[in-house]
Amino acid sequence: MSIVDEAKATVKGAVQGVMQKAIALAPDSWIPGGVPDPLIRERHGQTGRPVSRIDGPMKVAGQAPFAAEFPLDGMAYAAVLFSRIAKGRIASIDTAMAEAAPGVVLVMTHRNAPRMAAMPPFMSSAKAAGGNDLPILQDDRIHWNGQPVAVVLAETQEQADHATSLIEVSYAADEAVTSFAEAKAQGTKPGEFQGQPLKLAVGDAEDELAKAAFKVDAVYKTPRHNHNPIELHAATVGWDGDTLRVHDASQAVAHVAWSLGHIFGIGEDKVRVTSPFVGGGFGSKTLWDHQVLAAAASKLAGRPVRIMLSREGVYRIVGGRTLTEQRCAIGADADGRFTALVHTGTVAMTRHNAMPEPFILPARSAYQSGSFDLRVDVAYVDMIANTFMRAPGESVGTFGLESAIDELAVAMDIDPIELRLKNEPEQDPTTGLPFSQRDVEKAYRDGAERFGWTERPKTPGSWRDGEWLVGMGVATATYPYYRMPGGAARLTVDATGHVTVDIAAHEMGMGTATAHSQVTADRLGVELDQVTFNYGDNVLPGVVLAGGSQQTAAIGASIIAAQTALYTELLKLAGNDSPLAGLKPDEVGGYRGGLAALDDPSRHESYASILSRAQRDSVSAEGTPPMPLELQHWSMHSHGAIFVEARVNAVTGETRISRMLGSFDCGVILNPKTATSQFRGGMIMGLGLALTEETMFDERTGRIMNPSLAEYHVPVHLDVPEIDVIWTGIPDPHAPMGARGIGEIGITGVGAAVANAIYNATGRRVRDLPITLDKIVD
Amino acid sequence: MEFTINGSTRTFDVDIRTSLLDLLREHAGLPGTKKGCNQGACGACTVLVDGERINSCLALAVQYQGRAITTIEGVGTQDALADIQAAFVEHDGFQCGYCTPGQICSAIGMAAEAKRGLPSHVTQDLAADSVTLDDDELRERMSGNLCRCGAYNGIVAAVRQVFVEEVA
Repeated sequence: MSIVDEAKATVKGAVQGVMQKAIALAPDSWIPGGVPDPLIRERHGQTGRPVSRIDGPMKVAGQAPFAAEFPLDGMAYAAVLFSRIAKGRIASIDTAMAEAAPGVVLVMTHRNAPRMAAMPPFMSSAKAAGGNDLPILQDDRIHWNGQPVAVVLAETQEQADHATSLIEVSYAADEAVTSFAEAKAQGTKPGEFQGQPLKLAVGDAEDELAKAAFKVDAVYKTPRHNHNPIELHAATVGWDGDTLRVHDASQAVAHVAWSLGHIFGIGEDKVRVTSPFVGGGFGSKTLWDHQVLAAAASKLAGRPVRIMLSREGVYRIVGGRTLTEQRCAIGADADGRFTALVHTGTVAMTRHNAMPEPFILPARSAYQSGSFDLRVDVAYVDMIANTFMRAPGESVGTFGLESAIDELAVAMDIDPIELRLKNEPEQDPTTGLPFSQRDVEKAYRDGAERFGWTERPKTPGSWRDGEWLVGMGVATATYPYYRMPGGAARLTVDATGHVTVDIAAHEMGMGTATAHSQVTADRLGVELDQVTFNYGDNVLPGVVLAGGSQQTAAIGASIIAAQTALYTELLKLAGNDSPLAGLKPDEVGGYRGGLAALDDPSRHESYASILSRAQRDSVSAEGTPPMPLELQHWSMHSHGAIFVEARVNAVTGETRISRMLGSFDCGVILNPKTATSQFRGGMIMGLGLALTEETMFDERTGRIMNPSLAEYHVPVHLDVPEIDVIWTGIPDPHAPMGARGIGEIGITGVGAAVANAIYNATGRRVRDLPITLDKIVD
Repeated sequence: MEFTINGSTRTFDVDIRTSLLDLLREHAGLPGTKKGCNQGACGACTVLVDGERINSCLALAVQYQGRAITTIEGVGTQDALADIQAAFVEHDGFQCGYCTPGQICSAIGMAAEAKRGLPSHVTQDLAADSVTLDDDELRERMSGNLCRCGAYNGIVAAVRQVFVEEVA
């Protein structure tokens, strides 16, 4: 960085600092969410009802169309060949046999691929969606073991797959850094996340730790993970002149459209990306090489292309969660109050994006402490660029933090719940901001009572049932409320009173259309079947990432904004002959299929009547919510308490989870049925993280060794007990609908809760995930 | 090649290497059967052949001529759901819906296996004539069908309702 750049950065930092302070100190009423969403008071509407998914019948009948299920005329099938070295270049590539194979339409390599810009990596600009910043098939350079080196198009998938096996590639390998130890030895750098350094120091934590009456200090390790949505990454693409059409599996349609436009040098208005159903994402379904390869091959061949990666292909070119090595040390006074909280360590990353798994995020806001030392350092490995996976940071960070707290409770011989509650902060411990809503204690008390926490053995290893040792563990779950800029929505009411919502949002199993149809029905005062929710199409308003558990808040705020705009239009149309005459948009609300004065519901006119008198078929309005300043004015976090009962076989070391409960404090729950599924789904992914999941990376070659669902073990039916889920339901007065997102919090805390239960069952502390049999038996 | 799919006779001229899964998805216009791994590890491609569940990704289509193939499209339609499909909706036995057709076909095949008295890994008495489908039996017998969204509790509840409670 030059001196000028540094000076600019300093000034920018200072301006940001002043702005941040101003936002923190501004009156609540100036801030989005300063006035609680009126929907929070709604008690008799659709919101909060356990409505079955409105797209459920379509899904169970196999009629919901996924990305690889849109047939296009003249479509060719793609297969991808992956590099077998971690770094270097392609010395030679012979495609003659492949080109001569039956049915082959095209073999594309760096020698004939169209010229394209590199992918804009995610978060490098507002709509960037790329998994890395590397050019795709533009030169002979190899950057990771598994990088695409050729694409074959053929009339059938079988022909494409076979022809791919006929391509001969030789490589000139460069020295690659493929071992984590070597990467660390070459020097680490401080991690940065969302433009902020992953580094925070308050007081002298090491000094406080040294002086503490009680302390724990240990290293915790978590391995690489892969998302493994059951739907393989796929796209069906075609060109119409210079317009690109993509049927994608995407949690970011607007981002992907813009990014593809950037790569191919066309405007984003020349790219149409739709994704009506996504077969699971968990952070993986953004833009990776395969959509670009399909679009490039389609351009070159002049035919539409379907690409569906093999399961191995997903591991090769879609990044997963990186490994972490965390030191967590806690010092406490004689009463158990934390005097020092140290959470530092190193993660593996590449130079081709910016995702240092931010495992310190939970420690920033979960507990009060006299001093803090939080830091993530980055070591560079030549590997596929890692990325966001469900609760990036929190999922693995809570393993270190919540295991350490359990260890401290053991050292102090006090109940781990009581130890946590002793350290419950009054305000955000590192920013000083007030909490928007936080009732960790209720989550713990309710959960403990329902789970039967008092039955927990006081002495580890003391509860034996035949050859099984039984124990209970607990840990805090935590995930922040996010709302990203870019939201927008359009509302349309037609002459029958039917309401349509248009927003470029996503459905990958969260129940998006169902929950937001419920909310919209309440806001506009119509029945649930009078709402249509359109999403999954970049031509609709909004840039709404289904990530960071922010989609619900983003949609909610966008609909609120659109609602205000729609009421303005409706009141104009209503005119002076309406019972609503003279009322302002903020003085009316949706009621019985029309608008009514908030203070006098008898002043009411139906949408049908307003439109009919104005001789209109429909009225539409679009709204854009204010910037998410609430995030800088309040400390907004969800919490939960995860309870686990583990049975560990004293002979084999096998762990079975016999009971599990999640008690959550996430604001209003919009739909208890779909919400329960989301919480459980997160907790089950947490069971995988705790016990079985590991992407095995060959440190000699940089190649992933278990790229399959047979060798990467996700939880199966028999691994999962009936999971109890409860919540406080206390509204967050500063979030749209009073709700904070719930997609990610379920996975957090589970790794530690399981490890703590295993400790309670066996007396053995495992600090290295996953907790496989070999780590338990001697 | 001639096939009987969901009660209809269909003829296709396909590559001998074509899997039953690809035949259904790419040639028969029946994409309700899903591809999740193409190597028999996830169960998303489960279909019924003469009432027995198989992974269609591991089956060469050519071998299944003359057999009665049932896919999710043949189980029930959106407007006329089979009981097991309706139970999946009621118990929220899915989120994204991608593994769902395989789970449903697998559940149907599983129930038939249990009815025939076939034991599983968790069956205590291997010599018994009949099987009691408790939740662990259901879980074990459904463990070949992965659900990454983690809808397992809802799936077990749906299968229990239709194939255990309503049968009893």
